[in-house]
Amino acid sequence: MPDLGPHAAFIWAAYAVTFIAVAALIVFIVQDDRRQRQLLADLERKGIRRRSAKPDDPPKPRQAKPRARKPKP
Amino acid sequence: MWSLANPTRFLELADRLIPWLAGLTFLLLGVGLYLSFFVAPPDYQQGETVKIMFVHVPAAWLAMFGYTLIAIASIGSLIWRHPLADVAAKTAAPIGATFCFLALVTGSLWGKPMWGTYWVWDARLTSMLVLFLLYLGLIALWQSIEEPGRAGRAAAILAIVGFINVPIIKFSVEWWNTLHQPASIFRMGGPTIDPSLLTPLFVMAAGFTLLFVLLHLIAMRAEILRRRVQALRQVHVERAASA
Repeated sequence: MPDLGPHAAFIWAAYAVTFIAVAALIVFIVQDDRRQRQLLADLERKGIRRRSAKPDDPPKPRQAKPRARKPKP
Repeated sequence: MWSLANPTRFLELADRLIPWLAGLTFLLLGVGLYLSFFVAPPDYQQGETVKIMFVHVPAAWLAMFGYTLIAIASIGSLIWRHPLADVAAKTAAPIGATFCFLALVTGSLWGKPMWGTYWVWDARLTSMLVLFLLYLGLIALWQSIEEPGRAGRAAAILAIVGFINVPIIKFSVEWWNTLHQPASIFRMGGPTIDPSLLTPLFVMAAGFTLLFVLLHLIAMRAEILRRRVQALRQVHVERAASA
């Protein structure tokens, strides 16, 4: 551990406050992100999806409608 | 660039970037802390207290960077009404506020042994406190108005008006007589700090900046998902009511 001289308490306090504040910010943001992902996953599990959402299982390709032929003259 | 303004594309990019950014951030902060504590020499006047500079200065830079980001995003939100600009502004506020708080507290802890006082109402310190109060005002505004569009517009106006404080912070040490030292890094004629102290400072600043970007990306992703959850719930309620 380096010798920080007569003002060591101020230096350690500055780094401790920085560590605690940054750690709290990281925990707050990461937990919020996880919570939102969980909420969205719960809704999607219930079948509530955005219209533009990609489905987990791609739907079967729909059969193309037969083109209406022009009646022969 | 404009394609990134699509929330879905933004989420895809954020998912890819976040793990790499996290690794690089913690690597840089680890190297920065090592340089700060084991390599950087004591300052000839300030002694070992100069180590506080390695957290105080990056925190102050990022407090101003965060507010500038909010002001730019607010212009994008007001003019183009783009939801991603609104999301960027809203999510930068708590991060910027944390760095602003850290700049104030670490500056105070540096001031006591160097100036003999924790606080003085000089221009630099007071304008920095005003920035912190502006951050708190923005957060309160976003929390108090439920509808995101209305909250975003009100916060955008406050953010743009409050931006006047950023150049005041920067130039306060030149315009007024302050106890705070004048600019010693970004100034005409180059930095006045010795490279042995400048290197750890820049490494720590790079690490803190990446941390800001990383947390901002995660917070933006969470906010986009929150808005999707709200929209889906609303659709679900409307469908249930019409059935």
